[in-house]
Amino acid sequence: MENIDLGLVDWSRAQFALTAMYHWVFVPLTLGLAFIVAIMESIYVKTGKEEWKKITLFWMKLFGINFAIGVATGIILEFEFGTNWSNYSWFVGDIFGAPLAIEGIMAFFLESTFIAVMFFGWNKVSKKFHLLSSWLVAFGANLSALWILVANAWMQNPVGMRFNPDTARNEMENFWEVLLSPTAVNKFLHTVTSGYVLAALFVLGVSAWFLLKKREQLFAKRSMVVAATFGLFSTLFLVVTGDESARHIATIQPMKFAAMEALYDGQNNAPLVAIGILELPQDPEHPNPREFAYKIEIPNMLSYMAFLSPRAFVPGINDLINGNPEKEIISYYEKIRRGKLAIQALKNYKSAQKSGDAALEEESLKIFETHYPYFGYGYYDNPDKLIPNVPISFYSFRIMVILGVHFGILFMVILYFLYKRKLEKMKWLLWVSILTVPLAYIASEAGWVLAEVGRQPWVIQDLMPTLSAVSKIDQTSVQITFWLFAAIFTTLLIAEIKIMLTQIKKGPNEGGH
Amino acid sequence: MHRIILTHLNKIFRFYYDGFRGMTYGKKLWIIILIKLFVLFFILKLFFFQDFLDSKFDTDQEKSNYVIEQLTK
Repeated sequence: MENIDLGLVDWSRAQFALTAMYHWVFVPLTLGLAFIVAIMESIYVKTGKEEWKKITLFWMKLFGINFAIGVATGIILEFEFGTNWSNYSWFVGDIFGAPLAIEGIMAFFLESTFIAVMFFGWNKVSKKFHLLSSWLVAFGANLSALWILVANAWMQNPVGMRFNPDTARNEMENFWEVLLSPTAVNKFLHTVTSGYVLAALFVLGVSAWFLLKKREQLFAKRSMVVAATFGLFSTLFLVVTGDESARHIATIQPMKFAAMEALYDGQNNAPLVAIGILELPQDPEHPNPREFAYKIEIPNMLSYMAFLSPRAFVPGINDLINGNPEKEIISYYEKIRRGKLAIQALKNYKSAQKSGDAALEEESLKIFETHYPYFGYGYYDNPDKLIPNVPISFYSFRIMVILGVHFGILFMVILYFLYKRKLEKMKWLLWVSILTVPLAYIASEAGWVLAEVGRQPWVIQDLMPTLSAVSKIDQTSVQITFWLFAAIFTTLLIAEIKIMLTQIKKGPNEGGH
Repeated sequence: MHRIILTHLNKIFRFYYDGFRGMTYGKKLWIIILIKLFVLFFILKLFFFQDFLDSKFDTDQEKSNYVIEQLTK
């Protein structure tokens, strides 16, 4: 593409990253806390004990605060699609239209109807109907996340569509293929489960504070039993879905997989770097480091993780760039050539249509359709530009996994000391629980950083890079709105923390909604 | 039949009316939600986030021609 303003691309990316990451501060707590509240209310309905109603009401109050502050923050992302990413928006319109419309109609109404019963319905509807409403709010919130995650998964693994060169849009051919692609299923399960773990850690942290303050001890311990049990099961499921995700990435996005392992030269029996520090790059022309200053490896683990075989060959960045005929890997140089053929064929197709040259039109369409899977590569000359940021991918993966292990251990240790009835004496453990709350957010954001930075430069894998997706708008307007969003979201976050802390300090005995 | 519907509508109205009137910290949250929606839809959307293609072209054909031109430059 000619005259690409890389400053505009970078600012548009920064703005999207800012809004998406701030949006994700609010979402996971809603997803997980909704289920925790529903479980607590189920215990109340089953046992009839007022203590459980008090517990339910308190966490429902914190759920309501988070829901209210976070609601509609995601709409900004849709604004950005239309304004900053218009080529992309047009290119994917038909694919995104259906999932997002379903989200708007189904999940939103489900949530907004039953959330009113959840908050206003105590003593006005039957206990069972109220409980049903709480569960429906939880399912509605998660259903809401399903559709946007399906859309994101399609960008990572575009399936179930056909590009129409007459309209310049991808048209959905198979809704079920889009909805049930392994990438979509794994992304949804892994992402919402990470929200459950975060919410469980939030409940642990707040409850630990009550125990440290020697307030509401029964309330705190009962909350912790529910949270730690829910969190432990969620963590185990998170490991399973994370493992599945890694295998899909190795197949569908091998460059992302190689980048997150900082693997340059592919190998059989590839080891996994459990802990590693990358050397600082010496050459400014090649900012991605190639060597480790320090590493601890687990033999064969990467091969096993990627292909369920300790002997399997895992391609490295160099294999993908230069190709590896022995392993049937097409080089990026060849993909770039094919991509350029696709772009030229699309151009020829449109001019043949204008001039009425039916033979050229047919021939161009044939070439275009043959090479369309490599369309996006055609915007590049230098394959080095197709390598994502290796250190960010490498470290974000490790931050996510190491913290995930910490969370799993924490849930087990908490349950052990609750069982032994010694938890309130373990001050260090209560402090660890409190300090783990921000770590849960860091791990959750690190997951998204890996998913999104690791797939660069693609907006849609192999088909559309960020540089061809942006609108030609004034860079200054993007900068202004970047800072506007930064201010709005920071204000919302401060409001959330302030209101939450006030309500937490008041404790569970203060009623109201 | 008419009376039954009216009674139900009245019940639903009272449900929401009493719910909103009985709010404590919820009032503050509603104020935040309303301010947020106002800023999003009446300031940001109107002044900063007009749809790029809608603002430049009237028909889908024009939009698709423009996007193809951009993609094949």
